[in-house]
Amino acid sequence: MTKMILKGGRVIDPASKFDGVADVLIEDGKIAAVGQGLKAADAEVYDASGKVVAPGLVDLHVHLREPGQEAKEDFESGTKAAVAGGFTTIATMPNTKPVVDTAALVRSLEKRAEDVARCHVKIIGAVTKGQQGKELAELGDMIEAGAVAFSDDGHFDPSAKVLLNAYDYLHAFDKVIVNHEEETSLVEEGVMNEGHRSAMLGMKGRPTVAEDIAVARDVLLAEYAGARVHVAHMSSARAVDIVREAKKRGVRVTAECTPQHLTLTDECVTLTDTSTKINPPLRSQADCDALLAGLKDGTIDAIVTDHSPHAEEEKDQEYMYAPSGFPGLETSLGIMLTDLCHTGKLDLPTIISKMTYEPAKCFGLSCGTLAKGAAADIVVIDPEKEWTVDAKKFYTRGTHSPFVGRKLKGKAVLTIVDGDVAMRDGIVE
Amino acid sequence: MEKNTVSMRGKNILGLEDFSPEEIRLVLETAKEMKNIIHRDIKKVPTLRGKSIVTLFYEPSTRTRTSFELAAKYLGADVVNITSGTSSIVKGESLRDTLYTVEAMGVDAIVMRHKAEGAAEYASKVVSPVILNAGDGAHAHPSQGLLNLFTIQEHKGRLAGLKVAILGDVLHSRVARSDIYGMRKMGMEVHIAGPRTLLPRFLYEEPGIVVHERIEDAIKDADVIEVLRIQLERMKGGLFPTTREYARIFGLSPRRLQLAKDDVLILHPGPMNKGWEIGPAVAYGDNSAIQEEVQNGVAVRMALYTLVLTGGKQA
Repeated sequence: MTKMILKGGRVIDPASKFDGVADVLIEDGKIAAVGQGLKAADAEVYDASGKVVAPGLVDLHVHLREPGQEAKEDFESGTKAAVAGGFTTIATMPNTKPVVDTAALVRSLEKRAEDVARCHVKIIGAVTKGQQGKELAELGDMIEAGAVAFSDDGHFDPSAKVLLNAYDYLHAFDKVIVNHEEETSLVEEGVMNEGHRSAMLGMKGRPTVAEDIAVARDVLLAEYAGARVHVAHMSSARAVDIVREAKKRGVRVTAECTPQHLTLTDECVTLTDTSTKINPPLRSQADCDALLAGLKDGTIDAIVTDHSPHAEEEKDQEYMYAPSGFPGLETSLGIMLTDLCHTGKLDLPTIISKMTYEPAKCFGLSCGTLAKGAAADIVVIDPEKEWTVDAKKFYTRGTHSPFVGRKLKGKAVLTIVDGDVAMRDGIVE
Repeated sequence: MEKNTVSMRGKNILGLEDFSPEEIRLVLETAKEMKNIIHRDIKKVPTLRGKSIVTLFYEPSTRTRTSFELAAKYLGADVVNITSGTSSIVKGESLRDTLYTVEAMGVDAIVMRHKAEGAAEYASKVVSPVILNAGDGAHAHPSQGLLNLFTIQEHKGRLAGLKVAILGDVLHSRVARSDIYGMRKMGMEVHIAGPRTLLPRFLYEEPGIVVHERIEDAIKDADVIEVLRIQLERMKGGLFPTTREYARIFGLSPRRLQLAKDDVLILHPGPMNKGWEIGPAVAYGDNSAIQEEVQNGVAVRMALYTLVLTGGKQA
């Protein structure tokens, strides 16, 4: 196992609130020490001066597409993309074919991860059988098999009663439910945000109020049940308000948002660019601003990618027929640094915190820290590195991204998983 | 007649948002000449001899497809019609592959109708023949927008300064969106009215149009009224209580028509739901140009073919 010293980088460890120039010593797959002038005779020395050394990034919202949708992505291609983007722990969603709703499926994915994954993969199980929103899946069994959270992501659970049952049943296990928040009847045929843009394109809209009432319902139910809820990919300003108020009241709610919802609006939706089709949809500038405010004041805990790759031929269709989502693992950090950090909108330690320690806390994971003795899951970031997003260089199978062609500043240059180099200078080992 | 300096040769006709006022004027002038051809005993000119055109219709249509077909034939082009029910489309062929197949046969233009917004623009990015959008979802129907302008110009002698009321099912109407862009570019005062359930929610944010919820407010002193078809086939229900109530409260009746100017011109893109959005007495009355629009449609489409495939008189 590699022995390595990351020398002279700016070490940012949100868990301990450490932010300063230091060395990091890695031994036996663990973090052996963080401090000044560290030495080890037989260690590889990596010059991290001018770079940022942080816990490996944690992504709570990834679609690795296994089992059944390997044309879109699989555990190998998806985790290669993850380490290329600086991620060392990702949680994969259960909306696969079949849906991950039994312990047997959770175990089979754990095995797949062991065999081919380049980083840690956490399994999110379905809340209801087949994600149908009717009967509870075997949640307890899945927890014993290793599931870290539950979600019917992709769907809004139509029955408040079913969700309340899930909250109550999971209470004893202290696991969180991740909710996709869009009231179905308001978004059934919608392909983009409902606004002036959709009105003039003639495309069916998905209104913000669909998200707002869903968040309100699910947060109120969690409050009533004393349960934990995690609001997936928030996109609406009003939804941020609802979560903020709930947190003030002490509701056990956490929330996430994506770089795309922070930086893009429905103005970039065109009649043919299906990479802009995502759920919930790209909203308005006011919504972007509200998400940023939510990140700053702690309403939003985590930045996630909602990495949703699709096969080329699936996205290469008429806008209304193309599936929603695009891959984000390889662009997320670059977008956050370019559009939020270098513009002065959000400071680097906050961004790191929202991509490591805080998301880990949302799911109760032990990663996202540089504490002595923790697994050596580390990312080294060159915040000044300029690069252009090129889908041909993606490790993910998904090639359609609205960020393709963007010139970015800031990139992961070294990813270490359990003490081993998983990516160096953009090349996955 | 003023001399046109613009050329539309090779232009894809996707939506009127892509047209300059000069281009619209060029189409309307060219259509006037084309209308003379339709009135001839022998309706055949050699303008497009040796050109081949495919109409590719993924949605049912009588007047638009026939109109595009006849327009091409009057100009001497060879035309083949492909409809979704009788082609490889039913075998699940993707739009890209269907377009490649059509292109490989060497056609010069593809006239396309599709239920998905943006399908025509997609086609223009995938293959090289000129694309003429004959309707893409609720997005655009540019030739219908142009023939409306042509009909108004013929009757009123001008477009700028006229007040037009567009009534009814704007939500599902590709015609309405092409009207809004085309009419505003030509300096018309555009008023929209219908039950709020049939109006796109944020339409009022579009500059230069006025949105009303009662049709009386839009009709008042109008020079032109376009009544849109209620597209029941695209509704899942619940957008208004009954067609009976719609007719009573939102239908264009002779009584409501009195609010408009005496010489108001009535348009409807067809097919009409007579007795719902428009009363028969209005549809067939003295102010109606609804049948004329059909003939003007052929002339406008002849003009579009000529301009995009030959460049018009400059060629």
